[in-house]
Amino acid sequence: MNHSYYEASARERMAAFLDPGSFQEFLPPTDRVSSPHLRQLDQPGAFDDGILVGSGRLSGHAILAAAQEGVFMGGAVGEVHGAKLVGLLERALITRPEAVILLLETGGVRLHEANAGLVAVSEIMHAVLAVRTAGIPVIVLDGGQFGCFGGMGIVAALCDAVVMSEEGRLGLSGPEVIEASRGVEEFDSRDRALVWRTVGGKHRYMLGEATRLVEDSIPAFREAAIALLGTRPVFGLEDLEAEHARLRERLERFGDCRESIEIWTRLGIEDPQSLPLLETQAFLAQVGGKRA
Amino acid sequence: MDARTLLNNLFPAGHTVAFEDTYFHGTGTCRGATVAVLGTSEEVEIGVELALAMARDVLEVIKTAPKRPILLLVATSGQRLSRRDEMLGINAYLAHLAKTIDLAKRKGHPVVSLVWSRAVSGGFLSTSMLADLCFALPEAEIGVMNLPAMSRITKIPLERLESLSATSPVFAPGVANYLRMGAIEAIWQGDLEAHLDASLRMLSTRERRRVLGDSRGGRQLARSVAERVRSHARG
Repeated sequence: MNHSYYEASARERMAAFLDPGSFQEFLPPTDRVSSPHLRQLDQPGAFDDGILVGSGRLSGHAILAAAQEGVFMGGAVGEVHGAKLVGLLERALITRPEAVILLLETGGVRLHEANAGLVAVSEIMHAVLAVRTAGIPVIVLDGGQFGCFGGMGIVAALCDAVVMSEEGRLGLSGPEVIEASRGVEEFDSRDRALVWRTVGGKHRYMLGEATRLVEDSIPAFREAAIALLGTRPVFGLEDLEAEHARLRERLERFGDCRESIEIWTRLGIEDPQSLPLLETQAFLAQVGGKRA
Repeated sequence: MDARTLLNNLFPAGHTVAFEDTYFHGTGTCRGATVAVLGTSEEVEIGVELALAMARDVLEVIKTAPKRPILLLVATSGQRLSRRDEMLGINAYLAHLAKTIDLAKRKGHPVVSLVWSRAVSGGFLSTSMLADLCFALPEAEIGVMNLPAMSRITKIPLERLESLSATSPVFAPGVANYLRMGAIEAIWQGDLEAHLDASLRMLSTRERRRVLGDSRGGRQLARSVAERVRSHARG
């Protein structure tokens, strides 16, 4: 049965992603740890502040996992929300799970508590780097309705692997933010095809930013994450120099492109206009060996 | 203060910092110690090219000058807002820059940042905020978004945000607010060379910002919530 990742809530995703019944939540909604800042602004809060964090098993392996709830304020990071994620990552330094898996769905910093949110994202970045330095992989899943943007887009790129579906989006400034400040000529955020060509899962996979591209189903994300469990973080000087060379080459090859289709053409895709239309398996077969 | 005046005040004994448009880098001498300097001026937006250039120079310092202190002097109005930069994966370029700064710290380079002009959002996250310690000049601006824009997006009346920001440090831009958040260690006034010299000998920890944010009353939950999750008894 195709259990859509895109349509599911954070709790549904977590339950179906992990081995059945294995999730143990830390600071669950019954603890009622919510945002004091939203209360101060008379905004509706949530007793989990839009994120669930806990431990569980993935194909028998002990992991720590977090899932952001996009329906609550677009998964935006506030003080409590961010601190739960920081605490989970730092817990990994003590309990040493096989991996930390982040089911991200977020627009970035929550404007209602912008300063606390920004500092929280910084602390998440520091914590991800510390977990990886300790040899524990951090794996991101990105296939929700709100994508993964803002500072959390930087966080995703700090991790060991990113699994995306075609529906997933990954970037820094969201299309709406760019349109609002630079005009519709710069980025028409309502042109869905353009948005997906620019920041969607297929393009991120072509650039090598998405490690794996999967169908929009929770079992497909689960299979991909299990396959990535053996990933071991490497980011010493040589690794960062190799990454630097890759990013420099990307800029040299594609820096003058205006559209992703030009990039796909330069990558040797014969019928690049057809890529957005292909089903995931057909897409993977079509682009095999031609990623940047 | 402009960038050249700033550099002269930080390094009265001299520096070799060179400018390439709005990006500058080189070394300065602080009380006999050589300090690597990387910075930007004119509140430049950080796009993929600038992020890559800064990362290149951080890697260069790591390779050629083991354990040399690094001072970041980044003035930025944020990440570059462009469809082309998004298409190229600007988040990965900023993450790469962040990783190089993190590597420098792991390799024993003290990394200190000074927000001397402006720091906003992604440009702040991927540079100054990665330092062991982040300081600011009193006239600097730090924030995510000004209150009128915040009011438009959150649909909360501007008067409400303005009156709340008189007491709450949580959403309005400002150096004083970031000091209370614990993100800014201290504000530098007077002798900048003396402040820099002292900062290079200070130690920090990953938790320091949370501890400061708690004790300064800016973030009263971040520390305790993180601690509760970290030490939650195993079931």
